[in-house]
Amino acid sequence: MRPVYMISGGITKFSKANPRQSFRLMVKESFDYALRDVPMLRRAMIDGSVGSYFSDHFTRQLKAATMVQDFLGLCPKPSKRIEGGGATGGLCFQAAWEAVASGRMDCCLAFGFETMSHVNTWKGNEFIALASDTNFDYPVGGFYSGYYAMMVVRHMYEFGTTVEQLAMVSVKNHKNALHNIWAQKHLDLTIEDVRNSPLVAYPLTMLDICTMSDGAACCILASEKVAEKVCPNPVRVIGIGTGTDAMRMADRPHGEVLLLKHEDPSWYKNLKYPGVHSFRAGRNATRLAYEHAGIENPLEDLDFIELHDAYTSSEIQTYEDLGLCRYGEGGKFIESGAPALGGKIPVNPSGGLIACGHPVGATGLMQAVFAFWQLQGTVAKHNNGDAKIQVKPKKKSRPMRGLIHSHAGTGTYVTVSIMESTS
Amino acid sequence: MAEKKETAKRTRKAPSSQLGHKPQWNKLRLPETDQGTVVFSTDPLIIKNHYEIDYIHSYAEDSPFFIGLSQGRLMGSECTGCRYKYATPRAYCMECGKKTKWIELPLEGKVHTWTTCYFGSEAFLKETPFNLVLVEFPGINTLLLARMIGVTQEELRVGMKIRAQFRRNSRFDPTDVYFVPAEPVTKREGTV
Repeated sequence: MRPVYMISGGITKFSKANPRQSFRLMVKESFDYALRDVPMLRRAMIDGSVGSYFSDHFTRQLKAATMVQDFLGLCPKPSKRIEGGGATGGLCFQAAWEAVASGRMDCCLAFGFETMSHVNTWKGNEFIALASDTNFDYPVGGFYSGYYAMMVVRHMYEFGTTVEQLAMVSVKNHKNALHNIWAQKHLDLTIEDVRNSPLVAYPLTMLDICTMSDGAACCILASEKVAEKVCPNPVRVIGIGTGTDAMRMADRPHGEVLLLKHEDPSWYKNLKYPGVHSFRAGRNATRLAYEHAGIENPLEDLDFIELHDAYTSSEIQTYEDLGLCRYGEGGKFIESGAPALGGKIPVNPSGGLIACGHPVGATGLMQAVFAFWQLQGTVAKHNNGDAKIQVKPKKKSRPMRGLIHSHAGTGTYVTVSIMESTS
Repeated sequence: MAEKKETAKRTRKAPSSQLGHKPQWNKLRLPETDQGTVVFSTDPLIIKNHYEIDYIHSYAEDSPFFIGLSQGRLMGSECTGCRYKYATPRAYCMECGKKTKWIELPLEGKVHTWTTCYFGSEAFLKETPFNLVLVEFPGINTLLLARMIGVTQEELRVGMKIRAQFRRNSRFDPTDVYFVPAEPVTKREGTV
């Protein structure tokens, strides 16, 4: 495998509904943004693409990625579509990495989109629930918010996690978004606001859950040769990890914890893992990515994280999968202020999915774009001059590092990718 | 339906071309119909686009589970190699890969986790609020997802003893089984 760099990225501002642009035009807008950021990269230097969108139902257009490929003027170059539920964007990023790392391409475009406003919200929830077992889970009351609610109820039972701790995640991420022009929601909330918003599935309220959206995002990945030629401050992709778990969460085992390097088996003597309270796929993705990137202790070796907070509860569960705290301590971790801006390890400085929205195929790539700007130190340039959410490198002794995390339905596919500054 | 109606109308008012008169080459027209489109907006143009489909769906190797429900039985799987017991049908073991055999599950269990849904997918919106539970059975390694009735959000709790009941008129879907309390129901003390 050879080194892979991210040399540019672009996003559209996600919105609840964007009927003025087709999915092709949205991708084009984000692609043009990315091209403007690296003027020395000519379109002819792009060897191919990987496209991501989650649902054929939302688009009601099979082979939609082909239509993007021709709209961007990239035919007859290679392309393919990647689909993996909520992790579609993260998987797409990793597929583009594979194309460059393997030597198949010197420059690969990863593009993603979703147009979720084409049906009403509850029909949209139905489409999303079709990404659960349609023989056994969907007919019982298929509703992803219900599934995640059951997972966090067990987390609360096992570890004493509180609904206020969940609300703190929403408050934090919305506050960060106040300084992100790309965020869809700019809300200054209190814990009471989150708890007083309508219950969707106990204990999750409307403000614990992200919004279905329309939007697109692009990342351009390149070999060292191309990166050197066209980009003064590329970002290197240093770790890639992926994990999976059983589609039906009812089928998941109650066994032993998959340990990270800095963890001790004695911590988890009485914990049955993953059950339904933890994401084994998230932990496996973490393990592989840390190994690949040489991360010994995430709190020391990483500077910030953009993770998949489709639900406030899954952000808390993911702190644990990533080893930012021990399993069971996610609630206390948010309470400690560690994941806040200026805290030990800022998590979702962009505002995450909760504030930016979740147009599924674009989401994982949006995280990569935000992480890219953080590691370049160019947040202000892309954010109307506001650098409030620009994370400062923790240490001078090593390059600045960021982690992105993409997650599909109840943790069935999870990707973790780690990037490092070169400047 | 709409499609058929249109065809019928077209036959009645068949254009001259279908009656054997050849129209002049510059006087060709499609027949007009009363079929229209629901329009939400003209800037941009947003229209209603209907889609519906019936599948010929087979439960295939999992069929005995659904047949079992119609006979008041809960069928799970036991690995013939490592003896792992699943509360759902799995033809092959996820742990060791060996073939499983069908086993009958107990009809009483406990709430492993739960939620009450106040919203839902469109198909289930009219049934809200409803309770979902993951059921744990004694001696079985995995769980079963089901609906639970007879308790409110304030009463449901992890560890509650529950019992399976079956629809008399089966739908041959997993809602043929649902759970009810197997112990007196009281207001819950903690949060879950």
